[in-house]
Amino acid sequence: MDVHDLTPAYALDALDAPERESYEAHLGHCERCREELAELSEAAAALAWAVDAPAPPDRLRARILQEAGAGRENVVPLRARRAWQGVAAVAACAAVGLGIWGATLSHSLDRERARASALAIVADPTARRADLSGGRGVVAVARDGRGVLVVRELPAAPAGKTYEAWVIPQGGRAVPAGTFAGGTSTAVVPLAARVTQGAVVAATIERTGGVAQPTSRPVLSART
Amino acid sequence: MTRELAHLSDEALVALAARSEQTALAELYDRYGRPAYGLALRILRDEALAEDAVQDGFMAVWKTAARFAPERGKASTWILTIVHRRAVDVVRREQRRRADSLDVAPEQGGGAADDEAWLRLQRERVQAALRQLPDQQREALELAYYGGFTQSELAERLGQPIGTIKSRMFMGLARLRELLGDLAMEKTWTSTT
Repeated sequence: MDVHDLTPAYALDALDAPERESYEAHLGHCERCREELAELSEAAAALAWAVDAPAPPDRLRARILQEAGAGRENVVPLRARRAWQGVAAVAACAAVGLGIWGATLSHSLDRERARASALAIVADPTARRADLSGGRGVVAVARDGRGVLVVRELPAAPAGKTYEAWVIPQGGRAVPAGTFAGGTSTAVVPLAARVTQGAVVAATIERTGGVAQPTSRPVLSART
Repeated sequence: MTRELAHLSDEALVALAARSEQTALAELYDRYGRPAYGLALRILRDEALAEDAVQDGFMAVWKTAARFAPERGKASTWILTIVHRRAVDVVRREQRRRADSLDVAPEQGGGAADDEAWLRLQRERVQAALRQLPDQQREALELAYYGGFTQSELAERLGQPIGTIKSRMFMGLARLRELLGDLAMEKTWTSTT
């Protein structure tokens, strides 16, 4: 038996214990297998994402963090955030008292509505999709040209700056399509400009408030 | 809930976990706990066993984070591989394997809507790639990865020589990799600031 042959099965965890052991011993001195395994393992792990399953119960997260905290010395614990939440709550009450609430509310309702329709486009199987280069994420465009930018793990924009999205039609100038902050695990950004076939969707870092034309190189982009 | 490390790369989080930063482990769980649990549940078909497999897997991540080698692959692959191994070991020990497809549990919320949207995109993408594989390759991958069968068991079950099974698994994975090649989730964020 050629032990090199075991790479795909090892990547899929489809070896029995003795085969697994001998393959792991072999791996220590076979660069070719290590490289091939790295590639095939990425493909195998992608299969994990195809499963349609419910979310784990919240207690699982708590159990894991509790065990992690108990099992090791010098653990840097989860930071207490209550103090800040308290401040935010007080600020919210003060805003209501000052009559600011009405304006904020209608604004946030608009935002919520835009977000809901953005999520609907992402879920729409007939929407066309394009992967972002430069970042992890995609652009989804509904058949009527309404587009959504979905970005993962985007660092927060630097102080005084914002991300600004652009739609650049083929042969045309960049059209501003909204600003967003980053710093969340997933940012779902409804695009304020229609995305025509073949248009490029991009984002740049601009000063807070946004600008009319991009002033820097895109940090991420996709051709739709 | 505020996720103060939400913008860090997976690899940076693993490095922080290696320095016993519990917040980094929490963020890794928030990113990969969901697919890890879905995978474990798909293999084990039992919620309690799936929870145990995920817990064991994340504890292994926590304890061996210092040994993670970024040049050998992505952190997400490493984490899901660890959980997969736990689940497969349990399913073999418990003799629970079944080849029939899972009764699809109704989709439940639980994560933030934005993260849900992302998960859905990933799921659709991988499912679409799987559908493009020849049936025999897809069958080999699914029985091995979700069913926990060894290649010898697959050969017997499918009445094929072991060499055929190996080659189906290899072709299937290689083709899947090609189809997912430009997968957005494969790319690392390149900082521009």
